Amino acid sequence: MIQIENLTKRYGSTEVVRGVSLRVRQGEIAALVGTSGSGKTTLLRMINRLVEPTEGRVLIDGEDASGIQPHLLRRRIGYAIQGHGLFPHRTVGQNIATVPHLLNWSNREIDARVDELLHLFQLDPAQFRDRMPHELSGGQQQRVGVARALAARPEVLLMDEPFGALDPVIRAKAQADLLELQKKLGTTLVIVTHDMEEAIALGDHIAVMDKGRLLQYGTPKDLLTQPADDFVESLIGSAERPFRLLSLTTVADLAEQGEATGATIARTTNLRDALAECLWRGVDVLPLDGGGVVTLNALRTSGRGLAETQGEVN
Amino acid sequence: MHSDTTSLPRRRITLSPPGVVFAVIGLAALFVPIVTFKPNRIVPGDGVWITTAYDGVAGWLIVAILALLFLTGALKSLPPAVRIVAALAGLLGTIVILGHVATSLIADSARGARVSPAAGLWCMLAAYLLAAVDVLNRLELSLRARWMVLAGTVIVVVLVFASGYLANVSVMMEYAGRQAGFNAAFRQHLVLAFGSLGIALVIGFPIGVLLFQVNGLRRPVLGALNLMQTVPSLALFGIMIPIFGWIAMNVPMAAKLGVAGIGIFPALVALLFYSLLPVVSNTLVGLTGVAPEVGEAARGMGMTNAQVLARVQIPLALPVVLTAIRIVLVQNIGLAVIAGLIGGGGFGTFVFQGLNQSAMDLILLGTLPTIALALVAGTTLDLLVDALNTSPRKRSAS
Ligand SMILES: Nc1ncnc2c1ncn2[C@@H]1O[C@H](COP(=O)(O)OP(=O)(O)OP(=O)(O)O)[C@@H](O)[C@H]1O
Ligand SMILES: [Mg+2]
Repeated sequence: MIQIENLTKRYGSTEVVRGVSLRVRQGEIAALVGTSGSGKTTLLRMINRLVEPTEGRVLIDGEDASGIQPHLLRRRIGYAIQGHGLFPHRTVGQNIATVPHLLNWSNREIDARVDELLHLFQLDPAQFRDRMPHELSGGQQQRVGVARALAARPEVLLMDEPFGALDPVIRAKAQADLLELQKKLGTTLVIVTHDMEEAIALGDHIAVMDKGRLLQYGTPKDLLTQPADDFVESLIGSAERPFRLLSLTTVADLAEQGEATGATIARTTNLRDALAECLWRGVDVLPLDGGGVVTLNALRTSGRGLAETQGEVN
Repeated sequence: MHSDTTSLPRRRITLSPPGVVFAVIGLAALFVPIVTFKPNRIVPGDGVWITTAYDGVAGWLIVAILALLFLTGALKSLPPAVRIVAALAGLLGTIVILGHVATSLIADSARGARVSPAAGLWCMLAAYLLAAVDVLNRLELSLRARWMVLAGTVIVVVLVFASGYLANVSVMMEYAGRQAGFNAAFRQHLVLAFGSLGIALVIGFPIGVLLFQVNGLRRPVLGALNLMQTVPSLALFGIMIPIFGWIAMNVPMAAKLGVAGIGIFPALVALLFYSLLPVVSNTLVGLTGVAPEVGEAARGMGMTNAQVLARVQIPLALPVVLTAIRIVLVQNIGLAVIAGLIGGGGFGTFVFQGLNQSAMDLILLGTLPTIALALVAGTTLDLLVDALNTSPRKRSAS
């Protein structure tokens, strides 16, 4: 768990981060979003003390980070940055082994760990272990960057726009992979992005920052239904909001008694996909796994209802 | 387009612009004396042309062949291998002619006669050599092939001189009288050039690293080193002789430690003087050139500052430091000649003796090996820099 308490960073007289407090629970993902220069990177780097806070403190699993020597603290926390920062003069294997090496793992343990991680990131060890970073594609470099950050099994992983250099198609795949991996490993993750789409796709909680201040910290649903102010709302983009909301609710919530023909859909299908399925099949009603149906009408009403509540909030 | 396909196939003749320049120099040189014949060592001699060294048709045939080889080197449309072979054949042919002419002229004259290479010969050698190098550079040879070319060249040159075929050329006559001195000068020259480089690295590299970390020191330190670089070398010796002489006389122990106004000590100090700036500034440039996110990632993963420097930044800066080593080594091989002026030894000894006696052959005995040494050292380090820059790619290819 990461607790950030009243964290402030000043350079001279300018406050770059102003009194930010938030908490990321064990195994959760927190996404930091905001415009360029809003202080996201600075906030992230104060967690592993690459930047020393001017005021406030960071607790990692209840332990005050300022009481740990910075380089020892950083060996416990994974760190991956945009453009991956791989060492160009070291092989992929040596890059991944960086932190285990610093922690004096035995060679056997290190080799085993490198191969395990390469497998995990779908890179064949025999083929990739001894390559140099410039012999990899952008997507592969990015995966090696994350593998390197995870090498010593850190409980906390910090990522600064890890997908920033990837093209959109690979990006979506990289996000999905990261999400799956994070669930599997149970790593607590703080990820900086300036893409709200990415924040919603990944974050259990989203922190919206502007001019060094934390404007809102809540679940994606919180942000969509109750944006704290105009800035948050503009970041989300009001036009797409009902549609996004549909993707946050599952058909189980709208299930009715009844019968319908055709293949059943899972109860965990979200409303957006269910709506698309109705339109695609050209039917008014879809059967659900384990009985019951969801009607096109209910889906439409639900979408409209959400849109209207939005209107009232405005 | 259509007329092209229907017309008879015709070989297009294209010229290589640098090749033409070399060929013109070479062709002109054919009509300039190739050697100077002197009845004794000091008097100015008479020029000897190819056509006077070889009477009648033979002389003109040789001129024609050499001219043909020059033209072959300049024809871009020919295969590179042919052009290189032509240039090398010309080079060897010129050397054969030199040895042959020298031997026959000396045989016909009294003791003490001299045959020195003259402008025509130098220009021919230069023209063939440049033509060969020009084609070689265009070939984009693999690193390995370039190492072999270098090694092959050195071996051939050593063999030519060791064979004694050129023994009747004046420079080699000077050498014959001074073999022990030449070997000593060679050793001293190496000590001067490599020694000053070594000391410059030991002192300059840490200074470069320090400047990288302490931003505020950069301006004053680089400024001071720059100033040192601008002092003319002769003036530097002029200043050092009295200063070190005084120290040696008046500071206890100094003389025992080797401090002296003349000799190898001030020569090393002077060379060091000119070596520091390239070493320091290239170390700094190399370190600042390392992508910031790489150092950032290294720190972010828990390396200490010393580890970031030693494991990431310095290894990545190394190619740039190596270029400094190249600059300094080639520069100091040349500058070390001046050490001869203050009793520091090296090939400069012959140069300054030769200047005093107006003996051109003795001057050449000092300058030719200096040039050869600089060329070999420079090329070797160029190859090392390339090896360092391309090694990762090579590893994957194998
Ligand atoms: N070392 C520093 N000294 C002075 N100002 C700094 C320093 N580091 C960052 N800043 C300033 O702090 C502000 C926040 O920077 P930060 O890098 O945290 O922004 P960010 O939200 O990550 O932006 P981006 O999306 O562009 O990466 C910027 O205005 C930046 O200029
Ligand atoms: Mg940033």
